[in-house]
Amino acid sequence: MILFVAEHANGKLSKSAYELAAAARELKRGDVAVLVLGSGVAAVAASAALIADQVLVGDSAELATYDAEVWSAAVAQIAAEGEAEIVLIAGSRSGREYSPRVAVKLDAPLLEDVTSLKDEGGMLHAEHYTFLTRVTERVEAKAAVVVVTVKAGAFAPAGPGSAAAEQFDVDLELPKRRLIVTASTKEKTGRIALTEADIVVSGGRGVGTPEGFVQLVEGLADQLGAAVGATRAVVDAGWRPYSEQVGQTGKTVQPKAYIAVGISGAVQHLSGMNKSKVIVAINKDGDAPIFKIADYGIVGDVKEIVPAMIQELRK
Amino acid sequence: MRILTLIRQVLDAEESVRVRNGAVELEGSKLVMDTMDEYGVEEALRLREAGAEAEIVAVAVGPVRAEEALRTALAMGADRGIHVVTDVALDAIALSSVMAQIAKAEEAELIFCGGQEADWDSQALGAATAERLGWPQATWTSALELKGRLLVGRHEADEGSESFEVALPAVVTTQQGLNEPRYPTLPNIMKSKKKEIRKETLEAYGVAPKVKVNGVEIQVKERLKKILDGKDAAGAAAQLVKMLREEAGVIA
Repeated sequence: MILFVAEHANGKLSKSAYELAAAARELKRGDVAVLVLGSGVAAVAASAALIADQVLVGDSAELATYDAEVWSAAVAQIAAEGEAEIVLIAGSRSGREYSPRVAVKLDAPLLEDVTSLKDEGGMLHAEHYTFLTRVTERVEAKAAVVVVTVKAGAFAPAGPGSAAAEQFDVDLELPKRRLIVTASTKEKTGRIALTEADIVVSGGRGVGTPEGFVQLVEGLADQLGAAVGATRAVVDAGWRPYSEQVGQTGKTVQPKAYIAVGISGAVQHLSGMNKSKVIVAINKDGDAPIFKIADYGIVGDVKEIVPAMIQELRK
Repeated sequence: MRILTLIRQVLDAEESVRVRNGAVELEGSKLVMDTMDEYGVEEALRLREAGAEAEIVAVAVGPVRAEEALRTALAMGADRGIHVVTDVALDAIALSSVMAQIAKAEEAELIFCGGQEADWDSQALGAATAERLGWPQATWTSALELKGRLLVGRHEADEGSESFEVALPAVVTTQQGLNEPRYPTLPNIMKSKKKEIRKETLEAYGVAPKVKVNGVEIQVKERLKKILDGKDAAGAAAQLVKMLREEAGVIA
């Protein structure tokens, strides 16, 4: 059996759940079970029933918010009880945080943030990036159970089937929380999440000022229905929240189109976006490293070019 | 209290990556302590400077040359080092077993570990070590204080950030913004040469890799590099939008 853990937010399955379902189906190791954890997740479980053979639902007040120790205990318990051979977890920040604990609990190898998965005679082969996403490493693991985190965007999301799988409520033995969250700041932008967007518009120092960022980067993003990203320099300067940072110490994105506005292209930043399908760069310095990995671009003043693009898109 | 800071020696981010015989070639390249680990060493020093009575022990598992990174940690101010000398490349889950055994033997109560390191792009070491020790963890920590035996800080979650409290013992993984690591001063570099680095063998820990590496490749995607001159902003913008629509098909 393959078990995957479905992430969800605001009562809806996340895109990553459909990607995990696709990864699980391709592996063809018997039944695919999906685990849904949360509080009041009936609607999510109903959606999950269309992308797996079996839905396991942990629905309780204790699961209302994520905790690494609680989540890893729940997933390891279900994987052990169901004798899962492969456990797939989204390569989100939380997924990558609790998956190592699941691997240790199950005495399993962990394949992290994989971009491909293949099953050859009981051996699980995978690829993942190393050296700040500059290198692709091929790895394999063979064990009774293997835990895998899957990189966002690596698998095309599975389309929902027509027949709903059976749902089972599970009894979970959960540990007490020890990391107490005393406050949380969730930036609500109304825009699509960075890691889920088909188009990302990102801004760097070259946009000039925080106001310039809003006008140019947000303006273009809103025109395109895109997510907004930022460089580390812009986040360090306090112009933008950390949640928008793309790069080694921020988020890694792999959209259909990445539009870099006023970004020169430090290695740190490139490691977070260099796998994008199409890269577009707009920068005044024609020698900037970003142009070396760009498919399309304009060398010029972002303050003139971006407003002209917005104009053009409105036509 | 004893604080462990886990150190990895990695390729300097500004160096280009070369592959030879199915592995990344590090000989002849500039190698440094991972920035994420520098944050850990710095934070341990700051907790002590803020009044915590602590011995700070830097730990590395790696080849002979990893001692250079440990020396950097000692030059920053760590008290001593432990170097498990091995050429075996351990995955994070296997490595966490070594780290947990050292933490137990040293009776450590706080462990710092990089949030994600620049050689293997793994985020697993801190959490896996915490699990083996039965400790809680705070990952991607960007602010930290020690109040008695309570760690109070802030860290990055899936969306946005969270303020947290967690009692010792605990594992903390680092993140940019936690601090600005200090540069070792010359007197401290001199002093660090006299500090102890205990050498150990991997065999003593009975750990073997759980994941086999079959090779590496540098996959460079050929880019079109259709770069326009933006002197005529409106014209260039119109042409770019046209190309993105009709040629690339990425916008509606």
